[in-house]
Amino acid sequence: MKTLLNEAQLELTLQRLAHQLIENHSDLANTAFIGIQPRGVFLSDRILEKLKKISRRKNLNYGRLDITFYRDDVHSSSDIQVPSHTDITFSIEGKKVVLIDDVLYTGRTIRSAMDALIDFGRPASVELLVLVDRRFSREVPIQPDYTGASVDTILTQKVKVCWKEKDGIDEVILIDKK
Amino acid sequence: MLSVKHLLGIRDLTPGDIGLIFKTADNFKQVLQRPIKKVPSLRDTTVANIFFENSTRTRLSFELAEKRLGADVVNFSASGSSVSKGETLIDTVKNILAMKVDMVVMRHAASGAPWFLANHINASIINAGDGTNEHPTQALLDAYSMREQVGDLKGKHVTIVGDIMHSRVALSNIYCLNKLGAKVTIAGPPTLIPKHIELLGVEVQHNLKKALENCDVANILRIQLERQNKPLFSTLREYALHYGVDKAMLDSLGRDIVVMHPGPINRGVELSSDAADSKQSIILDQVENGVAVRMAVIYLLSGKREIE
Repeated sequence: MKTLLNEAQLELTLQRLAHQLIENHSDLANTAFIGIQPRGVFLSDRILEKLKKISRRKNLNYGRLDITFYRDDVHSSSDIQVPSHTDITFSIEGKKVVLIDDVLYTGRTIRSAMDALIDFGRPASVELLVLVDRRFSREVPIQPDYTGASVDTILTQKVKVCWKEKDGIDEVILIDKK
Repeated sequence: MLSVKHLLGIRDLTPGDIGLIFKTADNFKQVLQRPIKKVPSLRDTTVANIFFENSTRTRLSFELAEKRLGADVVNFSASGSSVSKGETLIDTVKNILAMKVDMVVMRHAASGAPWFLANHINASIINAGDGTNEHPTQALLDAYSMREQVGDLKGKHVTIVGDIMHSRVALSNIYCLNKLGAKVTIAGPPTLIPKHIELLGVEVQHNLKKALENCDVANILRIQLERQNKPLFSTLREYALHYGVDKAMLDSLGRDIVVMHPGPINRGVELSSDAADSKQSIILDQVENGVAVRMAVIYLLSGKREIE
């Protein structure tokens, strides 16, 4: 096990990602932030908190998207996935959408997320923010627009992002699976 | 993950299974409220709806559920098929499955037909009603709709009124409500209530007013004349007089109970028009929820499919 980001580093990274978002989205009213269920939502909650503080705006378009029904491996994984809630209360038609997830690995989750997203309307553009990008392991041509940290990993390793709310500690670790 | 491979009856489900189905149905209900009411989860699945008995609601509801999950759907009804030429149930179903069908939704007039089928074929089977035995998806959508109205069913009181003897909805409802911890009362004339039904943990009451007085929800069932091969009450008018639920009866209870009916309604027999169309009636909500609940069942069972 190896620590990729400790609590202080994670905090700095989140701060930087929030600033980068504001830099590219001067008019936040036309931007929608969508966290991907279940684990991406912890990240998007934190980012949104920071965005609100930096921009001094209270009402940002923020939703949560569950992609379970859009997965391409519904019948090949051994266990059927139990869905989380989708909660998008605004129209994404014509908005600049930022998808937020914790780890980018094969890219298949994001592919499904784009399918799911388009069922809610036609966004003006879609960007991707991830906390950890596991480089060189993509199975589809998807790349992030905002990256917290890039790591080179092999198949038998697993990146775990821990959050205080859920795991009791803020950190990103690399685990070697047997 | 469900504990069963087929949905044959509520009897085989655990309370955990029912909870999982409800949780998944919540998500599908949300999908159904969007402009695009469709998800692609089952685009690699073909479902056959095999109906040996008449149906409007159930069949349409299943078909919509399957289509909104992105599955391919084939429909079969016994009338106008080779069944009238003497083909057996197994032969009929095996022929349909030979065309690469992954899941079967079946309604049959013989109680137990889906269990029999489950022993002979590999595809997942969903029972859409077998004779006078079970109609599991109806019980699930009934309980789901009750829950929307009165919250957690634990300790709630549900009265089922009508032709209990011939009703698969009644039996599935009893199993389902028992598993969810609700208290169930059965009401109807003695000739329409099976002997020893108390053994299922329900209370029997022959006086309609008394049966409704303390309940939170009344599920009113259809008089199934087509299954009654000997007279069990003198006239429909007499039945309606003693066991028909009308607005006057509901108003006399002093509290607003929820009124349900699985359809089709014999207006003026078990339920009067003024009660069926009253504010207390959630009959159309039941139909709406039916699609979401069936989507949940099909989705969860599709994960149990054997991949070749």
